[in-house]
Amino acid sequence: MMHEKPILIREDGLRHDGRKPEDLRPIKMRVGVLKNADGSALVEFGKTKVIAAVYGPREAKPRHVALPDRALIRCRYHMAPFSTDDRKSPAPSRREIELSKVIREALEAAVFTELYPRTTIDVFIEVLQADGGTRTTGLTAASLALADAGIPMRDLVAAVAVGKVDGVLVLDIDQLEDEYGEADMPVGIMPNLGEIVLLQLNGVLTPDEFRKALDLAYRGLKEVYRLQKEALYRKYYSGY
Amino acid sequence: MGRIHVASRQFVRPGDLLAEGEDVFNENCRTGEGGYLELVPKKGIYCVEKDHRIYAVIMGLAEIDGNKISVIPLEGQPVLEEGDVVIGIIAGVGVTNWVVDIRWIYPGILPANTVIEGFNPAIHDLSEYLGLGDYIVARIEEYDRSSVPILSIKGKGLGKITEGIVIEVKPSRVPRIIGKKRSMYNILTQETGCSLVIGRNGRIWIRCPDERMVDIVINAIRKIEREAHMPSLTERIKEYIIAEKRRIGA
Repeated sequence: MMHEKPILIREDGLRHDGRKPEDLRPIKMRVGVLKNADGSALVEFGKTKVIAAVYGPREAKPRHVALPDRALIRCRYHMAPFSTDDRKSPAPSRREIELSKVIREALEAAVFTELYPRTTIDVFIEVLQADGGTRTTGLTAASLALADAGIPMRDLVAAVAVGKVDGVLVLDIDQLEDEYGEADMPVGIMPNLGEIVLLQLNGVLTPDEFRKALDLAYRGLKEVYRLQKEALYRKYYSGY
Repeated sequence: MGRIHVASRQFVRPGDLLAEGEDVFNENCRTGEGGYLELVPKKGIYCVEKDHRIYAVIMGLAEIDGNKISVIPLEGQPVLEEGDVVIGIIAGVGVTNWVVDIRWIYPGILPANTVIEGFNPAIHDLSEYLGLGDYIVARIEEYDRSSVPILSIKGKGLGKITEGIVIEVKPSRVPRIIGKKRSMYNILTQETGCSLVIGRNGRIWIRCPDERMVDIVINAIRKIEREAHMPSLTERIKEYIIAEKRRIGA
């Protein structure tokens, strides 16, 4: 049921929550939040809150799923029933299965899976509170959890979504902007290597807009990456 | 001329640029076959040949020795290689081999014919030699990451553990417990008179002629484990052991 479209870009050029188009939401990251997991991270982008846990590399079970030459990464992206306004059925939806796949593929690009043949690395991403950008928040958290687990990686993965609302390109869109905006483009990169590991586009952008949007994402990701590095540092160098 | 971007003992994360330049690159990286990425797992680094750059692959502390660069990990599974000494527990006794828990993803296999001379499965009962729960010091004889590690207890200092105690630490802390050029190991053994066998898999066998030293060694090792990321740890461990010795009047 669509309600009347709210004002997304105000007359003063700011967004509905008072951010400038190129602003991120307030970001919080914490590493090592779960004791039982080998690595874990809790990441918040505004009201979006995601926890990620990594187990492994460990013995592949069932045995037949193991790969002879590298580790198998299994990824489960899941939204908690209480994460949305209406209760979300806990059964994995078509959307969750797809997101598990794209996040897994993004992580596979970063992890040196060939170091641990015939093992699995399990990544669990649980959305505790959803307010747009859960896949990018989840990917950011998962890469932190992998680093926390001491799994060799080429680089951390930082991700953020760019959107187009009322004809304006905006960084890090939230639920409202996603719902009523014209386009939504999640971008995940390995910042030091400058390689893209996740890129999706929902809606329509002109080629020129696409380049500008990617540029905007890169600028935002610089900040996300800085916060990721800081979160890992904080685990050892001051109590949180 | 190469440049090293990190200081010794600096905290690094996966993807951090450690060094660039041809001379540093050649010192640390095996010359591959023109590959884009080359990984040196034991050192925690990988090399990008295109622009002669070296990156960290794991969260840990940078270690710099002249032009040589490596990362001591703070978390994660140990990187086991052939020739590494590990401490294992017999977890299964078969007809021709023992299954050994070496705290790794897969258990190690100790073939009987390397232990018993003239081994014949019809005559020899393996449980008479090594039983369930026995601790052994073993060497990884054969291991190429795609097979189960094959162990051996033939050699000096290897074999069944019959005295002393074995403690477990995080495997990622083992390089720190040994220290640069065995500095930490030397302090732990010389100051207390104990002998230590440190397995790569994070098990440490402690034997002390003086019973009172056992607790001091264990506490010192726990301190290293907790504070592995802190600077000048070797000095503080030395002070700690001396202070503790004075306290008990040894």
